[in-house]
Amino acid sequence: MNLNDLMIMRHELLLTLLAVVILVIDLGAGSKYRSFILPVAIGLFFINLLIGFLPAREGSLFGGMYHTSNLIILMKNVLNIGFFIVMLQSFAWLKKEENHLKMSEFYVLLLATLIGMNFMISSGDFLMFYLGLELATIPMAALAAYVHHQTRSAEAGIKLILISALSSGILLFGLSMIYGTTGSIFFSEVKTSFTGEPLQVLAFIFFFAGMGFKISLVPFHLWTADVYEGAPVNVTSYLSVISKGAAVFIFILVLYTVFTSIDFLWKDLIYFIAVITMTIGNLFALRQKNLKRFLAFSSIAQAGFILLGIIAGSKLGMASVIYFILVYIFSNLGAFGVVAAIYNQTGKENMEDYNGLYHTNPRLSLLMMLSLFSLAGIPPVAGFFGKFFLFTSAASGGYYWLVLIAVLNATISLYYYLLVVKAMFINKNDHPIEPFRSDVTTRIGLLICTAGIVALGFYSAVYEWINTLSIGINGP
Amino acid sequence: MHFLNLFVIVPALTILAILFTRDLRGARWASAVGMSIQLILAGALVFMYLGARKAGVTDEMLFTSDTSWFPSLNIRYAIGVDGISVAMIALTAIVIFAGVFASWEMEFLSREFFISLILLSSGVFGFFISLDLFTMFLFYELAVIPMYLLIGIWGSGPKEYSAMKLTLMLMGGSALLTVGILGLYFYSAPEGGQRTFHILEIARASIPVTAQRFFFPFTFIGFGILGALFPLHTWSPDGHSSAPTAVSMLHAGVLMKLGGYGCFRVAMFLMPEAASELAWIFIILTTISVVYGAFGAIWQKDLKYINAYSSVSHCGLVLFALLMMNQTAMNGAIIQMISHGLMTALFFALIGMIYSRTHTRIIDEMGGLMKVIPFLSVVYVIAGLASLGLPGLSGFVAEATIFVGAFQHADTFHRVVTIVATTSIVITAVYILRVIGILLLGPIKNDHYEHLGDARWYERISTIILVIGIAGIGLAPLWLSDMINFSLGPIVSKLAGLVNDVPLVLN
Repeated sequence: MNLNDLMIMRHELLLTLLAVVILVIDLGAGSKYRSFILPVAIGLFFINLLIGFLPAREGSLFGGMYHTSNLIILMKNVLNIGFFIVMLQSFAWLKKEENHLKMSEFYVLLLATLIGMNFMISSGDFLMFYLGLELATIPMAALAAYVHHQTRSAEAGIKLILISALSSGILLFGLSMIYGTTGSIFFSEVKTSFTGEPLQVLAFIFFFAGMGFKISLVPFHLWTADVYEGAPVNVTSYLSVISKGAAVFIFILVLYTVFTSIDFLWKDLIYFIAVITMTIGNLFALRQKNLKRFLAFSSIAQAGFILLGIIAGSKLGMASVIYFILVYIFSNLGAFGVVAAIYNQTGKENMEDYNGLYHTNPRLSLLMMLSLFSLAGIPPVAGFFGKFFLFTSAASGGYYWLVLIAVLNATISLYYYLLVVKAMFINKNDHPIEPFRSDVTTRIGLLICTAGIVALGFYSAVYEWINTLSIGINGP
Repeated sequence: MHFLNLFVIVPALTILAILFTRDLRGARWASAVGMSIQLILAGALVFMYLGARKAGVTDEMLFTSDTSWFPSLNIRYAIGVDGISVAMIALTAIVIFAGVFASWEMEFLSREFFISLILLSSGVFGFFISLDLFTMFLFYELAVIPMYLLIGIWGSGPKEYSAMKLTLMLMGGSALLTVGILGLYFYSAPEGGQRTFHILEIARASIPVTAQRFFFPFTFIGFGILGALFPLHTWSPDGHSSAPTAVSMLHAGVLMKLGGYGCFRVAMFLMPEAASELAWIFIILTTISVVYGAFGAIWQKDLKYINAYSSVSHCGLVLFALLMMNQTAMNGAIIQMISHGLMTALFFALIGMIYSRTHTRIIDEMGGLMKVIPFLSVVYVIAGLASLGLPGLSGFVAEATIFVGAFQHADTFHRVVTIVATTSIVITAVYILRVIGILLLGPIKNDHYEHLGDARWYERISTIILVIGIAGIGLAPLWLSDMINFSLGPIVSKLAGLVNDVPLVLN
């Protein structure tokens, strides 16, 4: 192995370098220059984002523990895009006086989780997978408890770490059984010796449950609302979009490349879990008044929709899942971006505070409406295409009843998304949120989201490109 | 660039133009100019279409164009029109034109209002020119969603409730539709090969009958909800009565026709075997719609509710006639769509204008309006007479054709439902004449009404164009029915020989 081979780990290496650079700058910069850390970090990450799109070599390292392909690079780039938007959106909040001393920690911890996710997606065996997963999770707890003097935030941190420990325990138990029955932890070897005997089925179910916690599928979702509500807005948006996206990516990769021999089993499981996840997520979202909690439950329901793509087990399924997550990044970060901008300005995050928002802040309201419509799957915004392709993949497997349940759920979700639209556009308010202008970075972040929401659907080349890279159970 | 694309591009440009205006004056003139161009385009399309047919072109669809969009799923932006869609486009252009002039005094958030209104119309235009189920569905939902804001922000009465109910019920319909469309897509290549969303290709592929039985109800009910199919019509009275004038016009006049159009273009044309097997269920439901809507209108006191229930009845008649599945009745159905579209738009425009003067819509509180606002009153009478089917106006042509067509079926079941449905004509006469009697004739009940001004110039434009349409179809129905008849050919020939599949019990 020479340096040249090592370069196929480009994404991870660059992110590590970036984290180190930020730490060093933080050490060197006196209080006078601290305000430069954030723009420099954003600028460097943007370069990293661009480098990610350069053509790359496929291959594997460390005896197959790490492997990469164009599909995996695509997934990493999707995560990078979301990460970049989160960086932009958290800028205004980090600049505040109270966060002055610890702002570089925020990015370093955030970068650490992203490195973990990248390793997780690139893993070629269950050990690397587990390491990546933990690296992606543990700093998250620190981030959730970032505003440690607030009880809610501290509570969110401790909840997240405990739940992660529990789910990791379950996952590891499953992995140990896989090792016990197949004698290997390498994906390629597990795949060939996985026959579906009872102990292996049990192992798989433990694995599934562990992933269920990470993706917050019902019935493993109970931590989601509390953590999302307690954590700072930007951490919440990161958790609900990037963390979830990464977990879905590795989940679909493992299902499609390792557990292919028991696809009948996981398809049945996913059918059942998808139905309850969509329904319960929606039913709970109906009654939420706090927008962060509201988006948390809506993101549970969205996870249920994602399962419709996974269940197909085909190239179409994977393409629609990746495409949906890309769209979901823009839509959900758009919604969270508006919530964050308003929270930073006014400290308000309840639905009734948004009454009459259109009359004072028309642009924010319009973006919020577009994002919510995209989440609900209303044309002409990108969410419509994303949802329709997910439904198409489920229908390609013959799951028409599942599609029916899903579209009816989409209609229910439209109800609560419209409640927010109603608050902003229709409801009257004697004390609406004052008109304000958020700072440049926030606006750039929101602008990127808007562009993504509007353009991704019509510009079909994106989907086609994802489709050419995707694979199904039976290969590409 | 293709000619038909203009029908989507002109509204888009109009919306852009409105964005650059500052106030109501600018917004309404931008909309008026844009929609006038649209009306001229629609007129040109009718002439081009008739000209092409006269020259002997016999393709099913004319002016087609086909652009690949998502190649891996074979989703295409395919457009084209036949006589039926040309007629619907002309109807839409007239109604949206009249609608813009009917909302001339929309003070509150005027730019947003016109933008939403025109966005809605662009969805409708897009729907009628689409030949690809995916784009058709996209435009369909695009037409439904602005409705929520239009009713919720500018509506009256229990507007928030009505807006939510309407949106959710119609989106529930499109949920069913999603399943139907996906089913059509995955069964569109029974012998292998490329799957397709293209309507004409699916029609040639002939879907297996077992699949049809499963997907036909989804598709038909999905579109039927928008066409106010009993018992899923409940959004319609609430929605129409809460909506602002132009929105009621457009919704009852055009949007409900999307339902009828989709029912036969997608559900019946692509799944003819299932349609003929299951028609009897829907015939019963639509017969109930027809009679129930008419009875509902009798009891109402609010002008808008009367007209909304009357729309349920008339749109029920559209679906009823389509399900009769013969050339005459289906021809009548299409004429009824156009006729009802113009007529109900006229009604809602007049109700809006009367309301803006009297500030009430309860008929008992008004009276003798003929003496103070003669122009509006006379037009109201014309609309009423068209609605109850007076010869010489469009309603007569439509209903006569429908019932003649329906009576061509010799079996007991069809005879009985036809007779039941014809009773609606009498009931319609009752409620129309009752309203005219109370509202327009008799003494003036309120002194305040003595000083009401008659129609302003923009109100005259709005109503006269609709009256011209109604009288035009009534006096010279042949060109319209010729245009439709040719295009009905392929649909009727698919359905021919399949009809009369009624369970023995009912016969």
